Amino acid sequence: MAREIIARYPQPRSALLPMLHLVQSEEGYVTPAGVALCAEELGLTKAEVGAVVTFYTMYKRRPAGDWLVSVCTNTMCGVLGGEAIFEALSQHLGVGHDETTADGSITLEHAECLAACDYAPVVTVNYEFFDQRTPTSALALVESLADGDRPRPTRGAPLCTLRQISRLLAGFGDPRPDAVAHGPSGEPTLVGVRLAAERAESAPAYPGEGA
Amino acid sequence: MARMTPVLTKRWAEPDSWTLATYRRTEGYQALRKALRMEPDALISLVKDSGLRGRGGAGFPTGMKWGFIPQGTEGQAAKPHYLVVNADEAEPGTCKDAPLMMADPHSLLEGIIISSYAVRCHHAFIYLRGELVHARRRLDAAVAEAYEAGYFGTDILGSGFDLEVTIHSGAGAYICGEETALLDSLEGYRGQPRLRPPFPATHGLYAAPTVVNNVETIALVPFIVLGGAEWFRSMGTPKSPGPKIFSLSGHIVNPGQYEVPLGTTLREMIDLAGGMWDGSELKFWTPGGSSTPFLTAEHLDALIDFEGMVEAGSLLGTAALMIFDQNTCIVRAALRFTEFYAHESCGKCTPCREGTYWMVQILQRLENGTGTAEDIETLLDTCDNIFGRAFCALGDGATSPIVSSIQYFREEYVQHWEGRGCPLSHGQRLVGVH
Repeated sequence: MAREIIARYPQPRSALLPMLHLVQSEEGYVTPAGVALCAEELGLTKAEVGAVVTFYTMYKRRPAGDWLVSVCTNTMCGVLGGEAIFEALSQHLGVGHDETTADGSITLEHAECLAACDYAPVVTVNYEFFDQRTPTSALALVESLADGDRPRPTRGAPLCTLRQISRLLAGFGDPRPDAVAHGPSGEPTLVGVRLAAERAESAPAYPGEGA
Repeated sequence: MARMTPVLTKRWAEPDSWTLATYRRTEGYQALRKALRMEPDALISLVKDSGLRGRGGAGFPTGMKWGFIPQGTEGQAAKPHYLVVNADEAEPGTCKDAPLMMADPHSLLEGIIISSYAVRCHHAFIYLRGELVHARRRLDAAVAEAYEAGYFGTDILGSGFDLEVTIHSGAGAYICGEETALLDSLEGYRGQPRLRPPFPATHGLYAAPTVVNNVETIALVPFIVLGGAEWFRSMGTPKSPGPKIFSLSGHIVNPGQYEVPLGTTLREMIDLAGGMWDGSELKFWTPGGSSTPFLTAEHLDALIDFEGMVEAGSLLGTAALMIFDQNTCIVRAALRFTEFYAHESCGKCTPCREGTYWMVQILQRLENGTGTAEDIETLLDTCDNIFGRAFCALGDGATSPIVSSIQYFREEYVQHWEGRGCPLSHGQRLVGVH
């Protein structure tokens, strides 16, 4: 599989980021053995690979849970309730930032802006969006995960584990054929285009097409 | 009231908007057929004439950028040319590219093919923010459909033009939105910015000629090919033409994505978004993400375009309008943004790495009630030592929330140290743990 990744690029080293996602999909985090494997495949030293691993927050260097719960606490989400959500989850789970519950199932982190400010405050589980959360609905979300359920994201595909999502990030797709069709756009995504239709407003017609 | 001009957003509400079938039914890939019958240089001229400026924040004229790519058979020009789409959307407040890629991935792909043909690139890359996993799914599916239909690969639509595309997911680093850091990251290194010159146009990916453009910029290209330069210029202002996705968030009734001509005002945008929350009054806002200096209610009627925002003392950035009301503590807002910059500073240069760290300490003590009378001047002095002295724009951006918040709300800062704490947080504890 490493060879398959390397073949996508004009130069082999470009394969390093997806290969590290692949290591995470196999091992659950970036293990020393995974670092050694990447180094060997790409003709790099382990130190060179390690320097890259430590730079990026999505590479976990300790075992992580199946469920990575990220709470945006950047300014917009924070002001609209993200800070309170993080506090509530942290207390409930008994873990702080970048820590995993005693049973090893849930890792909590507070994230920087997740590019969904119009859905603030947002929480993601394995990077799938749970939009417009409150402390109460976020608590229900993690309780449901702890019970072994897989709550449905508001946008995005049904949840899969952190290992499975890392496979997608490595460029091997989502093996579930219908995953791509899940998750309709939410109201904030569509509010503008719907309003324009309501107001019967549009961009000017292309020349030659009439008004 | 402003007239809305959905162009990029117009397919988003279609059923199965992300599929090739929907895209084709709504004029999809027609621009490609037209473009492939044109000379590449004519396409570059068309984009120049349209006045399209980069939608990633800097506003550099797109056609001019394409024109910097050396063409020919000698020296740098003889190397492969690359197009790299910057889809590393992570500027706080900015949330336009993610919905675009999820709702209408083919518009980006068609833009990539046309742009690649124009600059004579045969291998394009999409550097996608790692966290955007559903956008990855939609792009993966769209790329597979497009290859199947003959829009990628060899001899595209019988034109003799060949193009491969590779989607590359990042791994969590805001700095990779900076184009040279992005290129280092795409080459498999830590994402740290490069010294310029040389610029990516001549020495970019693998030290070869490279165009780096934002998602929204590239996705506009097919529409310019279909509508022409004059059509594009019929929207917006003379120096900032075209439609723009404005991303509204905060204390407004209907946050979301609104596509309007550049030059629309905040007053008009708040009206479109249903007004402020009941009881909310506008206190401050950003025109284009956290790196653009805060503005206030006195700028409600300023034209939101590249020139208008500079005139108002800010920057257009990505037209990410974060709107905050009177109950938002200005120090806390500046602190959270500064924590973000401290976390995301790549560590390469001293002013940004050290400066952001120390500014977090000062803002925290002000917010916690242990600030001193000197803190405001120390903050401004530190910003002065970062701005213009950092290796890349991240350092400059980090000074924006602090300098502008002190400019407009100095009195509130003073209250923080005089009153031994925040007058607005009501005892709420800080949870920042960076």
